[in-house]
Amino acid sequence: VMNGIRDKVLTLDTMNQSVKNIEYAVRGPILLRAMEAEGRHWGVKKPFTEIIRANIGDAQAMGQKPITFMRQVLALCQYPDLLSSPSFPEDAKKRAMRILQSCEGHSTGSYSASAGIQMIREDVARYIEHRDGGIASDPDNIFLSTGASSAIMAVLNLLVSGKGKTRTGVMIPIPQYPLYSATLAEFDAVQINYYLNEEHYWGLDVAELQRALEQAKAHCQPRVLCVINPGNPTGQVLSRENIEAVIRFAYEEHLFLMADEVYQDNVYAEGSQFHSFKKVLMEMGSPYAQQLELASFHSCSKGYMGECGFRGGYTEVVNMDPAVKQQMLKFQSVRLCPPVLGQILIDIVTNPPQPGEPSYQQFQQEKKAVLSGLAEKAQLTEKILNKQPGIHCNPVQGAMYSFPCIQLPPKALQRAEELGQPADMFFCIQLLEETGICVVPGSGFGQKDGTYHFRMTILPPLEKLKILLEKLSQFYAKFTQEYS
Amino acid sequence: MNPLVKAVEYAVRGPILLKAGEIEMELQRGIKKPFTEVIKANIGDAHAMGQQPITFLRQVVALCTYPNLLDSPSFPEDAKNRARRILKACGGNSLGAYSASQGVNCIREDVAAYIERRDGGVPADPDNIYLTTGASDGISTILKILVSGGGKSRTGVLIPIPQYPLYSAVISELDAIQVNYYLDEENYWALDVNELRRAVTEAKEYCNPKVLCIINPGNPTGQVQSRKCIEEVIHFAWEEKLFLLADEVYQDNVYPKDCQFHSFKKVLYEMGPEYSSNVELASFHSTSKGYMGECGYRGGYMEVINLHPEIKGQLVKMLSVRLCPPVSGQAAMDIVVNPPVPGEESFEQFNREKEFVLSNLAKKAKLTEDLFNQVPGIHCNPLQGAMYAFPRIFIPTKAIETAKAHKMAPDMFYCMKLLEETGICVVPGSGFGQREGTYHLRMTILPPVEKLKIVLEKVKDFHIKFLEKYA
Repeated sequence: VMNGIRDKVLTLDTMNQSVKNIEYAVRGPILLRAMEAEGRHWGVKKPFTEIIRANIGDAQAMGQKPITFMRQVLALCQYPDLLSSPSFPEDAKKRAMRILQSCEGHSTGSYSASAGIQMIREDVARYIEHRDGGIASDPDNIFLSTGASSAIMAVLNLLVSGKGKTRTGVMIPIPQYPLYSATLAEFDAVQINYYLNEEHYWGLDVAELQRALEQAKAHCQPRVLCVINPGNPTGQVLSRENIEAVIRFAYEEHLFLMADEVYQDNVYAEGSQFHSFKKVLMEMGSPYAQQLELASFHSCSKGYMGECGFRGGYTEVVNMDPAVKQQMLKFQSVRLCPPVLGQILIDIVTNPPQPGEPSYQQFQQEKKAVLSGLAEKAQLTEKILNKQPGIHCNPVQGAMYSFPCIQLPPKALQRAEELGQPADMFFCIQLLEETGICVVPGSGFGQKDGTYHFRMTILPPLEKLKILLEKLSQFYAKFTQEYS
Repeated sequence: MNPLVKAVEYAVRGPILLKAGEIEMELQRGIKKPFTEVIKANIGDAHAMGQQPITFLRQVVALCTYPNLLDSPSFPEDAKNRARRILKACGGNSLGAYSASQGVNCIREDVAAYIERRDGGVPADPDNIYLTTGASDGISTILKILVSGGGKSRTGVLIPIPQYPLYSAVISELDAIQVNYYLDEENYWALDVNELRRAVTEAKEYCNPKVLCIINPGNPTGQVQSRKCIEEVIHFAWEEKLFLLADEVYQDNVYPKDCQFHSFKKVLYEMGPEYSSNVELASFHSTSKGYMGECGYRGGYMEVINLHPEIKGQLVKMLSVRLCPPVSGQAAMDIVVNPPVPGEESFEQFNREKEFVLSNLAKKAKLTEDLFNQVPGIHCNPLQGAMYAFPRIFIPTKAIETAKAHKMAPDMFYCMKLLEETGICVVPGSGFGQREGTYHLRMTILPPVEKLKIVLEKVKDFHIKFLEKYA
């Protein structure tokens, strides 16, 4: 006790040690540095006019507009007086009324059932059937969630068990979206890295899956295989053959498959096409279709919607043990329910305006504008970055990020080591300080030893993105000169 | 699967609700029953039971959701001003952008200002405010970060019995040690510090008691703690070096004139620096209860006091993985802490609607207590606050034996029978915890007055028949 101030009950030593191991680079040290830089008093003239937050997949924060129809339905649901307003189209009103009917007390303020509003689960199942060419989807297998993140964490939580050598091992891609590593740290599960092949457009090789699995068996019980398709941060879109190979592997090795498909609407490259794991699984027939346990995830945060702040999402579980499904429902019930507005957004995604409806044209226009804009920016990013010697950017086939590989000169590596920073973190901090551009170092996602990357979103408006990419290239050139 | 998840129970949406769902489906299929609808008096969901949202709140969130409406003459200026202010603080001026993981800055400032006003000027720092996905999310986050150790040094968490079963569920999930302290039914469910002391002393044998959870006003019990009691609890926490969790989501639901809500934060501060500089406290609030009833928005906040700065850093890091709480819920919270003030256009209507909800709840609280107490074999403590009745029910020996034969807790057996014969769904006391050999049920006071009277009448008839049947 000093000055009457005692030792605290809750300190770094007494806290949950698993929580201490959590890292989430997307909002980690680089962002803290960016916020600090933003608030800093710049004595000498600041070298940039603003901090560009190209660290996070948040489209609307970067100026993307919400889809009008979606916001109209949401507004009508929250303030039903608007149902008598001439400023809202009939199709939006119809959907709002239908949704309100399905809410307890006809209010968006009631709790819903813990797996989500039943009608919306049915709509999601129908949507999936339509997307997958008619392959049946059972509403009972749909769980609405608070963004995809909460469903991913809930399923991982169910799967983690055992101790020591029988502790659950979870295979995750490297590079990965660090929700996975963070959740595994929090749950004290064993992380099993499988490396995506940068030389081959970040492809997924089953041989590499095999290698990772065999090595892992020595120290844990591998039970889960996580795949992100389209990939984050890498943007690769898996081919159908690839998906079939993964399914076969998961089946043979008796692994629970988790398919993070939140970027399913963000596919740009010619020749690339989204194939849902569910569809491929079912089309592969026996024994896979009846036995492989699969959980697929979707969200309203990405795609053409970009509604991150509403925290809408769902998971579809396939071949899950019915008793486990009950447990999952029970577990969800403790938090009562996902945000109802997020559920409503998911419903609009499943139930957009149809040809002939008053909002159809505008909806399609807005959707196309967003998606083609992203496609253009994906291509532009690859082009500009690849012009710069020392930077190599794989094609951005999907998602909303570039993950270029950067060569760093030995002196820079040395300096980084002196500072106790990963080399790409050092690079990113210098980039931030000199240009205001905030991107996330590759070390936050994982990468092959001795390689360096950063993840930058393609979300800023086109003209701004051009400027950013040029600035970044120039900075890189300067940086490599300085540390040559 | 994860055995910790298997061990989790949450009675409010547990077996009784599943049964209610089945019965509802049967009714839909036209199967004849002695009732025409299932009445879900199991859950504290006001809108589901017909309570209307506060107009101003919905106007502001609608304006935030669809800013075109800012040009509409049908919305008052004060609502528009608040919407503009909120949107300005959002990324891309949109509710669709992620917010900072701790919550939108200006909303945290508004929450701090609200707390200062509520607490008669006791300062609140926006940096200590974390917006959350309902209070449940904040409570579970704090508990998560607190739980550590192994074997005899495993963290022990003191919870009231009866409790809101979020606590036992999270403790189960985290594999922490649940330490029960019993509220005193003979004394209006009061909290006796001697009982706290008993609980802690015993617990030290097998765990490391570290956390003390208080629910005030209480759920399911509805008791509102006196200021003196709160001081005693704070002193106890200080003495025993316990981290205090104050679940205050029902702070706006206090009914008798001689009861008053005292925030733990305020009392702590007013007890002087020895306490106010040392006791670590987390207080929780929500948009789900009060006069708002906005459960579906998942809005809430926690205020943390005297947390180590490094812990605050860990907290934000943990929250950042899930990015942020729903921004619409944050906006709803903003209106709760930043309501219309006298002179503003919407003030009168806002106040009217708020008063109507609260006075209605007060009426129903008294009505429920009185009607329950008219039933032989039921005794109901006064409902001082919150939104539930937790009457004690006498269950005859024969019924207890029948229940045991069915492998059911006696009050679960009772509640199942009540549901099957009347369609009324309430939660058995065993789901909240109670003294051995006593039985209770938790029923909400939320149905509209006339319906509530009918419900209580039906419960009375059922109870009398039940006593006769199992005499």
